[in-house]
Amino acid sequence: MSPGVIPAVDRSVGQGMAVGARPVPPSLKRAPLERRALLSEALTAGAWAAAIIASVPLVSVLYMLVVRGGARLHWSVLVELPPAGFEMGGGFGNAIVGTVVMVGLGALISVPVGILCAVFLAELGPHSTLAGAVRFAAKTLTGLPSILAGVFAYASVVLVTGTYSAPAGAVALAVLMVPTVVLTAEEAMKTVSRITRDAAYGMGCTRSQVIWRIVLPTALPGILTGVMLAVARAAGETAPLLFTALFSSFWLVEHGAVKLMQPTASLAVLIYNFSGMPFENQIELAWAASLVLVMLVLFVNIVSRLLGRRRA
Amino acid sequence: MSSLEHAGPPGAVASAPSAWDFFADRAFRALATAGAYLILLLLAFILWQIGRKAWPGMRDYGVGFLTSTNWDVGRGHFGILPAIWGTLYSSFLALVIGGFFGVVMAIFLTQDFLPPRLAVVFRTTVELLAAIPSVVYGLWGIFVVVPAIRPGADWLYSHLGRIPFFGSTLSGPGLLPAALVLAIMILPTVAAVSQDALRQVPYRVKEAAYGMGATRWEAILKVMMPTALTGIFGALVLGFGRALGETMALAMLIGNSNQLSLSLFSPANTLAALLALNFPEAGPREVAVLMYAALVLLAITLLVNVAGGAIMAMAGRKAGK
Repeated sequence: MSPGVIPAVDRSVGQGMAVGARPVPPSLKRAPLERRALLSEALTAGAWAAAIIASVPLVSVLYMLVVRGGARLHWSVLVELPPAGFEMGGGFGNAIVGTVVMVGLGALISVPVGILCAVFLAELGPHSTLAGAVRFAAKTLTGLPSILAGVFAYASVVLVTGTYSAPAGAVALAVLMVPTVVLTAEEAMKTVSRITRDAAYGMGCTRSQVIWRIVLPTALPGILTGVMLAVARAAGETAPLLFTALFSSFWLVEHGAVKLMQPTASLAVLIYNFSGMPFENQIELAWAASLVLVMLVLFVNIVSRLLGRRRA
Repeated sequence: MSSLEHAGPPGAVASAPSAWDFFADRAFRALATAGAYLILLLLAFILWQIGRKAWPGMRDYGVGFLTSTNWDVGRGHFGILPAIWGTLYSSFLALVIGGFFGVVMAIFLTQDFLPPRLAVVFRTTVELLAAIPSVVYGLWGIFVVVPAIRPGADWLYSHLGRIPFFGSTLSGPGLLPAALVLAIMILPTVAAVSQDALRQVPYRVKEAAYGMGATRWEAILKVMMPTALTGIFGALVLGFGRALGETMALAMLIGNSNQLSLSLFSPANTLAALLALNFPEAGPREVAVLMYAALVLLAITLLVNVAGGAIMAMAGRKAGK
């Protein structure tokens, strides 16, 4: 379709008809200077301008990350512990470990539950009342503000165990990951063709065998896409970790022993804490941590995109 | 026939499920059903848990909590009216800005403005905007947005200071930078959902409009938009819901000050930011009050999101007809 001006109908046509003379064919000439044609062009220019303005923040964010974060990014930053107040140097090695551990634990909780739930929604009772209620619950959970996941984990893990800890943060993240996993896994399983399923039933498979041997393997790329999206989102979450995992300037693993039940650092909370400090060193580290976090999130996003494409 | 009756002799195509297969089938199905119930339970448990912890606060402060403007931990005065106001005001501003750009972006991406390759560039831009963590936007807001808008804000204050919107200086964090960053964060949501709504309008509807001599924008504004209106409205409501619950960018940019003000440049507070900033150091009494605030936030966002979901369902039903 050419985007230009569509020929305007000649105004004389209606009058010609009224007199009862032979209908005059509409004029198909382009009238690029007509008012409404000019208006259309102006709006098109406006849309371009708006689209470019909307892209400015992204360019600016990426530019700042590369310039300010890249300046400080160095191997030592990735393996050292966060510096105290006036200290120079330092890094955020423990925060990277903390983020990976908490997101991993969160996935460990949310992925099995999410996939089981999706199996029910897609295979066992897609039209049941329970399925309707569960879908509504999952959609409601998608809209749950992330800080409330933190409040929930605080009330049900931190207050119960009596300490800020990595598992508390993981529970908060899991609450945020579950709905994404459920809804995308259900969609992925729905795309498995009826015929393949029926063939398996015809061979005498039980429903679980069909699910395990046919549906899940076929839908796997789609399910993984959903899991990766959930992981990418969770890795960048800060609010749910603020008062569940808190922060720490020490390693999660000390003397070969993993100590999970203690305050745990994460990249996101480190960025938040350091961004408000009056020390140049900390602010530089916040930018470098942002760069690492964004690269991590984008990497997971790209992997999920690739998985999704292979399916298509 | 005979090969079907045997349970798996060599060369048979299939064998009947064994007792173990039946057992495994039942067990797995029960497990999956339990998984479904677990999601329901999770939502119920979240509501119950927050409600239960908020109860002491509700009992002590009642409805006055929602209309009081004081937040004084020392004296035990708590009120969240400024935070509610700040939440609604900042989200509304973000919705106006982010909603406008989001809908225009959706039109731009769906109405054949771009050659496919360029469309990929803009589509990726929108998706990347959604992928960047909010804490990174907060950092960017502190070091880029606030310095960038300060000259303009100062000019507006000194020349148009009588208008309540510009009634104070921008001394660093404030409502406008927070709302701007919030707008950027809801733009991808609005754009994605609006795009779906616009794509649901059959292509031949637009072709019919072109055939009648409509210009491109007449076709968009008088045919496509009215047809997709319900879906676009749903997109805006969902975007508003996202803005209400967004925490980090606001906690870093809004200035955490309990005041009721129309000014775009004065510091303010939101419910989510209030929780983020006060929870880590809260004593037991304050925790109860904060839980109450969390319950209010939960109620507001649930209401908006359920409304958005209902509108989307309505749009889907309309498109299905």
